[in-house]
Amino acid sequence: MATVALDGITKRYGDVVAVDNVSLDVAEGEFVALLGPSGCGKTTTLRMISGFADVSAGSIRIDGRDVTAEPPYRRNIGVVFQNYALFPHLTVFENVAFGLRRRRIPAADIASRVARALDLVKLGEFAARMPRQLSGGQQQRVAIARALVIEPDLLLLDEPLSNLDAKLRHAVRQEMRRLQQMLGITTIMVTHDQDEAMAMGDRLVVMNGGRIQQIGTPQQLYRNPANLFVASFIGQANVLTGTPQADGAGFVLPSGLAIACTRSVAGAARLMIRPEALELVPSGTAGRNICSGTVSLVTYLGPFCEVTVDLIGGETLMVQIASDHPTAWAAGQSVGVRIDPAAGAGLPPE
Amino acid sequence: MVRGNTPAERLARLGFAVAVGSGFAIMVGPIILVLWLSFFSNAILSLPPDGYSLRWYQSILGQKQFINGFMLSLEVAIFATFGGLLVSLPASFALSRFAFPGREAVLQLLMSPLTVPGIVIGSALYLAFIQFEIATDIPAAGSLWGLGFGHMLVTIPWCVRLLTANLVGVDPAIEEAAQSLGARPLATAFKVTLPMVWPGLVAAALFAFVVSFGNLEISLFLIAPGQTTLPIAILQYLEWKIDPTIAVVSTIQIAVIGTGLLVTDRFVSLTKVV
Repeated sequence: MATVALDGITKRYGDVVAVDNVSLDVAEGEFVALLGPSGCGKTTTLRMISGFADVSAGSIRIDGRDVTAEPPYRRNIGVVFQNYALFPHLTVFENVAFGLRRRRIPAADIASRVARALDLVKLGEFAARMPRQLSGGQQQRVAIARALVIEPDLLLLDEPLSNLDAKLRHAVRQEMRRLQQMLGITTIMVTHDQDEAMAMGDRLVVMNGGRIQQIGTPQQLYRNPANLFVASFIGQANVLTGTPQADGAGFVLPSGLAIACTRSVAGAARLMIRPEALELVPSGTAGRNICSGTVSLVTYLGPFCEVTVDLIGGETLMVQIASDHPTAWAAGQSVGVRIDPAAGAGLPPE
Repeated sequence: MVRGNTPAERLARLGFAVAVGSGFAIMVGPIILVLWLSFFSNAILSLPPDGYSLRWYQSILGQKQFINGFMLSLEVAIFATFGGLLVSLPASFALSRFAFPGREAVLQLLMSPLTVPGIVIGSALYLAFIQFEIATDIPAAGSLWGLGFGHMLVTIPWCVRLLTANLVGVDPAIEEAAQSLGARPLATAFKVTLPMVWPGLVAAALFAFVVSFGNLEISLFLIAPGQTTLPIAILQYLEWKIDPTIAVVSTIQIAVIGTGLLVTDRFVSLTKVV
């Protein structure tokens, strides 16, 4: 268990900058998720931390110790690979024991530590099996046990859930989170899946184009995205272009409609509103922050419906309402949209 | 397989069966013929045989050139197999893991014994060995190590081909996993990579052995006066006589290689590696 400090790490491949000046401090026992679309540099960042990729500039410190120039085998980092990367020629027991044998631990200690690690991932009876005799989910638990048994300073997870089917994925992410909190092990995970990142991470690091876009708790990123990229990458977002009022208490759309905002939007070029912060009201309802428009599409999604409304000014808003909403809205209907003044978040000019 | 019962489909099935059957016949036919001939009793090969006997099997035990040739071929083949693997293994590692300048050139160089005729390699090595002897006074041409070295050259392309094909199939993440668990590069190679390419290693050793054991052209140039390898002994015998002795020698050779294949197959399924 340790702290991790990335200080301006950069990775260049020729003229291409894959990771650009990334700095991040991870606290002891914290779970940080690196999140972004493919090619955003998150995997390269993870590979630099694990030591599989060289750092072009910047430094990496684990518990204050500079490991930037250390080879992977001296970093004491546990890595769980996307495809698990179990040793196919070794039994489950020997897979887990591999790191302990490299550390020249006495055989009796190896046996007890491997047994404990396998119990931790509930694979106690599978020690004698070969990896190919296990299901994908079981193989992954072996990979986790193998990474944890060496008592690493840091645990790295590379897209740990992407090879599991949807049902298992949900269970495994809770299981992993529980294990991580129980052991209190500092963890960095890479994922492209925002649900996964939000469900597991204490803090999220959103990356795009090799750069960090924003670092924050899931709530901070969802409520206060730093820019358009974060707003649209995390969750669903309505983004309206316009100009802020001088006092920052309102945002004026090109049609002239002013939306009152309790959080200051001074300096913003766009206003972001989450679909669940909008409410549909009958056409002609009077009141603050109500825009008129026409329903153009209703999409049923089980627990809720997405209703697309074309505003009179020309903008489009997506509204999320409960499926059991008393009014059945239909396309072509005139409608009012009430905007919660506390919901709007200003986004800076790009 | 073609399904259905129209005349065209039945014809296609027949054609397929004929093609497969004749393919097998061409491969197995000569071996069966050699086995059969080795039991003929007449001294001059003719069909049909006058009778069958084991006398050629008995007589071969008294013919020293075959016994000595067999032993020498065995020694040289074992030497060449180990030497070939010793060169090919690090080379294949480098070729399959790193993109370095001149990689293609190195690959072509290691493969070139396949494309250069054996006679050319043999005569070139002979000339080079003579020069080497003149310069250093260390006997090369006619020495066991010189012969083994020549054979090693022809085993290398097979070893490199098979080993690189197997090494490319190893997921780099598995080697990275080993390193993250504390294995240095050498430990990673011995504990993880080599065990994973073990079938390819066995296949490479097998091919190297067979290629060396049957080699005639290079041996002709590098053999010491008075010594023979098995293929040379066969050639010399054939210059004077055509009796079933040669069939007996060939049968023994087939048995040795066949046994090698069967034993190997017990450990590594050969259909998976070749």
